[in-house]
Amino acid sequence: MSAITRDEVAHLARLSRLALTDDELDHYATQLDAIIESVAKVAEVAAEDVPPSSHALPLTNVFRADEVRQSLTPEQALSGAPAVEDDRFRVPRILGEEA
Amino acid sequence: MSLIHRTAAELAALIAGGEASAVEVAEAHLDRMAEVEPKVNAFLHVDREVTLAQARSVDERLRAGERLGPLAGVPIAHKDIFTTLDMPTTAASRILEGWRPPYDATVTRRLREAGLVILGKTNLDEFAMGSSTENSAYGPTRNPWDLDRIPGGSSGGSSAAVAAYEAPLSTGTDTGGSIRQPAAVTGIVGMKPTYGGSSRYGLIAFASSLDTPGPFARNVLDAALLHEAFSGHDPLDSTSIDAPVPSVVEAARQADVSGMRIGVVKEFGGDGYQPGVLARFNEAVALLESLGAKVVEVSCPSFVTALPAYYLIAPSECSSNLARFDAMRYGLRVGDDGTRSAEEVMALTRAAGFGPEVKRRIMLGTYALSSGYYDAYYGQAQKVRTVISREFEAAFQQVDVLVSPTTPTTAFPIGERADDPMAMYLADLCTIPTNLAGNAAISVPCGLADEDGLPVGLQVMAPVLGDDRCYRVGAAVEKALESRWGGPLLKEAPAL
Repeated sequence: MSAITRDEVAHLARLSRLALTDDELDHYATQLDAIIESVAKVAEVAAEDVPPSSHALPLTNVFRADEVRQSLTPEQALSGAPAVEDDRFRVPRILGEEA
Repeated sequence: MSLIHRTAAELAALIAGGEASAVEVAEAHLDRMAEVEPKVNAFLHVDREVTLAQARSVDERLRAGERLGPLAGVPIAHKDIFTTLDMPTTAASRILEGWRPPYDATVTRRLREAGLVILGKTNLDEFAMGSSTENSAYGPTRNPWDLDRIPGGSSGGSSAAVAAYEAPLSTGTDTGGSIRQPAAVTGIVGMKPTYGGSSRYGLIAFASSLDTPGPFARNVLDAALLHEAFSGHDPLDSTSIDAPVPSVVEAARQADVSGMRIGVVKEFGGDGYQPGVLARFNEAVALLESLGAKVVEVSCPSFVTALPAYYLIAPSECSSNLARFDAMRYGLRVGDDGTRSAEEVMALTRAAGFGPEVKRRIMLGTYALSSGYYDAYYGQAQKVRTVISREFEAAFQQVDVLVSPTTPTTAFPIGERADDPMAMYLADLCTIPTNLAGNAAISVPCGLADEDGLPVGLQVMAPVLGDDRCYRVGAAVEKALESRWGGPLLKEAPAL
């Protein structure tokens, strides 16, 4: 039995905002199946009583003084934008027609 | 000796002594790049005028008596994953083609402050995901030892540039071995500092809990000088360690292992390892013993599960980090014809802008983080991460450093593993445990494999903030081997 189906891969692609073709879905389904089967080996490590590490080193929150500092100008912030209008990022519609 | 064959330390001395200018040194390297780049393809962006302007400014600062660092005027190749104000930054992805960042990365800024001259931006696997530099959207980089083979990855442009004498130094980033593996397969030195020892600010994120900037050089001392130049606490990176940089330059000058306890990792050898790699590794271990180190075997049984744990943790972090490429604020936008929604444009842009490996990892990470799979995959991988850190801690109770081959094989042919992700991932088998535990490790050349005449790397792993030990052992091995070989390993490389 495969670890992941083509339908599941299509769902992952939707969640990942990747508009994949049918051929790509077939291809990735085969590859992801092999990869998932291989990484499932992590289950072989007896680690029930072990705490998980999200990070290599112990971390504590870092604070800085809440002071006004120099930051990017609107021109700099917009310098790489695909589309700009009135000093703002211009984006495609974000709501459906009926909204 | 021509300028391009000098070490970084020698170039700095020539410039400081007024025997050569930063402009002359930069020009010599730019000329070398013009000559060999058609064969090697180490660089994505080169702008002769921008580089020479930097060099002229360094010469002026030195003439004005400004005290710059010990590498002032030395040229450097900079991995194209660090933001740079005066050059594009693409992470070798179509989605960032031509992007001009509005700020410098901390590493970039510190290179400039130290008077290093940036020759250009080097090629990499897209977003640093890969072990061969074949995943670049702009074509593969080639290994100067054999142009049909990979230069390692993801920092393959940086390793190839240094091995091809296009630059005496380069920067890299190491998430699962992306500095050490390219260094090993091109016969140069590459160091992954302790996580948090070098700043991630302005480094385009792949897996934030693992990504670590580090140096490449043709010798251990040069790597240490560069390490010191860009490392240290950065308030702009909240995971940066607020502690002094370990004395890496002093350690590289010491080059003494007498009395050190060195552990050979039992699990890294045997099946799947190329005989020539193991032969050179075993000789290096014997050499360390003859230099006065006490060598013992150390077992770290969970290190073999680091690879599967890594391929859950890194893709999970990547799937989250790369969500920022949404076609709205910067980078590529595809299909915005006035009829499509933002979400449709986003999905079309990401499909067009990301390469296959990046798409695979985003989907794998999305899967591993999904409810229903989270505990079995991402959660379990995080527990394995703890187990591996504990095995390192236990090992460093017994020994000062651990050693292993850096990679199981020498450089493989371009194309050989391109369609087989699992085979590709094996290139990082020995380097990944260090990334999960966050400690320091270096790769230094230890000879050529008999089968193919290609370079082999020795990996030296040290505890968190024990970076100096990597340099101490690396420099001792280098000194002994170079006296045996009558010079650096790289002199055996064919002329380009």
